[in-house]
Amino acid sequence: MNFDLSDEGRMLQDGLRRYLTDAYTPDARRAAVADGFSADIWSGLAEMGVIGALFTEAQGGFGGTGFDIALVFEEMGRAGAVDPLIDTGLLGGGLLAKAGRDDLLETVIAGEMQLALAHTEPGGRYDLSRVTTTATQDGEGWVLAGRKAVVVNAPAADMIVVSARTSGSTGDADGIALFLVDASHLTLAPYPLVGGGMASEIVLDDVKLPADALLGGAGDGLAMLVEVQARATLAVCAEALGLMEAIRALTVDYLKTRKQFGQPIGKFQVLQHRMADVLIEIEQARSAVINLAGNLDGDDRDLHLHATKNLIGEVAKLVVEESIQMHGGIGVTEEYDLGHLAKRLTMVDHRFGDALYHLERFIALRAA
Amino acid sequence: MNLEYSDAQKAFRDEVRAFLADNLPERLTDKGRGMRGLTKADHEEWHAILHKKGWLAANWPKEHGGAAFDAIQRHILEDEMTRAGAPRIVPFGIAMLGPVLQKFGSKEQQDRYLPRILNGDDWWCQGYSEPGAGSDLASLRCEAVRDGDHYIVNGQKTWTTLGQHANMIFCLVRTSKEGKPQAGISFLLIDMDTPGVEVRPIVLIDGGAEVNEVWFSDVRVPVENLVGEENKGWTYAKYLLTHERTNIAGVGFANAGLDSLKRIARLEDDGDRKLIENPHFAARLARLEIDLMAMETTNLRVVSAAAARQAPGAESSMLKVKGTIIRQEINALTKTAVGPYAMPFQSEAVDGANEAPVGPDHAAKATGAYLNNRKLSIYGGSNEVQRTIIAKTMLEL
Repeated sequence: MNFDLSDEGRMLQDGLRRYLTDAYTPDARRAAVADGFSADIWSGLAEMGVIGALFTEAQGGFGGTGFDIALVFEEMGRAGAVDPLIDTGLLGGGLLAKAGRDDLLETVIAGEMQLALAHTEPGGRYDLSRVTTTATQDGEGWVLAGRKAVVVNAPAADMIVVSARTSGSTGDADGIALFLVDASHLTLAPYPLVGGGMASEIVLDDVKLPADALLGGAGDGLAMLVEVQARATLAVCAEALGLMEAIRALTVDYLKTRKQFGQPIGKFQVLQHRMADVLIEIEQARSAVINLAGNLDGDDRDLHLHATKNLIGEVAKLVVEESIQMHGGIGVTEEYDLGHLAKRLTMVDHRFGDALYHLERFIALRAA
Repeated sequence: MNLEYSDAQKAFRDEVRAFLADNLPERLTDKGRGMRGLTKADHEEWHAILHKKGWLAANWPKEHGGAAFDAIQRHILEDEMTRAGAPRIVPFGIAMLGPVLQKFGSKEQQDRYLPRILNGDDWWCQGYSEPGAGSDLASLRCEAVRDGDHYIVNGQKTWTTLGQHANMIFCLVRTSKEGKPQAGISFLLIDMDTPGVEVRPIVLIDGGAEVNEVWFSDVRVPVENLVGEENKGWTYAKYLLTHERTNIAGVGFANAGLDSLKRIARLEDDGDRKLIENPHFAARLARLEIDLMAMETTNLRVVSAAAARQAPGAESSMLKVKGTIIRQEINALTKTAVGPYAMPFQSEAVDGANEAPVGPDHAAKATGAYLNNRKLSIYGGSNEVQRTIIAKTMLEL
């Protein structure tokens, strides 16, 4: 048993932490939060090999294990970074890799292409099989009709992967196909996200696509989505862990410096004990992330996926609420660093299934 | 023991319901407004409607234009208004300053300010907290130095709710550094149009700017604006707090929030069922409802005891802690209920702009409300301060 990072892992971690500390100045973060990401930082990340670390050597990267993903995203979280590594890298890039589109994947790893996944639909919540958007054959090509909800990074994306049904009905596992669509063929209505970054609703009003827009086989959509979403879920959990660590550091610092009643508030035992509980729960979160990272390519992946995402959701709520409470009024202001970190951490529960969703799935797996 | 309202109280409740049905504009309710923020004019409109009925100042005595309702009547009125989605009565003039002026103010101050609170000529805000004086309010430093027939005020107040709408502010200021910190505080009324007063908005994490910093640079305040005696302000502030805390449990808000949450859970799809049929979600919802049912009775017990004697005591701390926890958990579960549509930042939901929300209407305000209502357990004496009061006063530890 060994919980240490490999030498390569440690080098990547050190380098990435230094880079993000320098790059994510308060002004840079404010701009990135508003714009969705920073083109400069994105190039920097690509140059450092951060995007490549998400893919295996066979895919043209030099990592791709659960621990590589966890390492990268914990650092992204620690910096409160908003760059769309999940959307362009693990979701979009992951689907290109599954479909064997190495030509495009190379461009993604080089940092020269942005991607988004348009899958969730209004009312679809977190179940991947809830697809009502239809793909109808039209001569050699396809026609897409339907609606997609909260497509993260769509406003910056060059290409958007859109899921649609070629057969069956909502909730069926079969009959879901994926299409790679040039973003310029879609009409977007961009809006900012609470946790930073941009998204859009997408109305597919009989969008015509050529035959080669199909990504992978016509019936492979759901299986491909399950695979990439598992990796994206690990990423968002690791990012949450980094956010928790950053929030913990800020809060402990505040407890040491904020004085009321003639002493630092961290001298009050009631706050000491509550902060101790926060620390214990963050360590639980770290272990849960390690569990999922270590089982990402194993037989028990789904069990750990549901366990980890459930635990992260519960701990995130505790960390957000306790850190704001211990800060008092300043904890609910936009200007103070905690605001962005807490909002981003709060939003983790709303991607790839919330704590309740994963609890139910965990129970179902255990009962099976 | 009898859990029922008396016939007179039931009749009053029916009267309130009928009044709200006839007079509360749909436009001003959460529903009518698509759950968007209220403007200054909205608040003023609702105050005027209540004033015309004579119910604006439910807690004031008749000689000052109040309704002189007892604690149970006030509870019924507040509860029914909140359930109906009415804007809350802006508390600074009606609930806070009014009772202080009635008890400690001069005849001139009462004659001048009380009618202007009722008719809307003045909008008051509260100058209590400072950057260095939050939970430890008595350590405040904003200073008022006597200069002939004026005080010269210098310093800064913060978390001044709706200060951007106000033309008047009541402040706790330091007039002496002798003795205990509490002994050198005075209660001063300041016209915000006086040169040297500056209001700067504080943007909160939900994107709204409902609170402000208020800065004072050599602000000249006539000595007749001192309430009561110099260096006795702490006593008046404590008196004010007992009134601020009459509706502290927020049972009406919690009931309205729970109703809204149930409505959302019946609308939201969760696979082949509605979210309200999800057993794990339903369990959390039920736990909240069970807590709230008990809380409502705890609140009524305290209200009844208060009606029998005087202003509530340390029990109000209990109501504040439990009441805010329940409301915050309702906000959290509402955010959970709207699923992925919790993610869009919906500025129109907080600032009242006229854009269509992203996703369903019922989702627009969920995340903002969750984030914003973290304040409930912080303001008006944080829950930590309340627990200390409970430990000292009720447990005698």
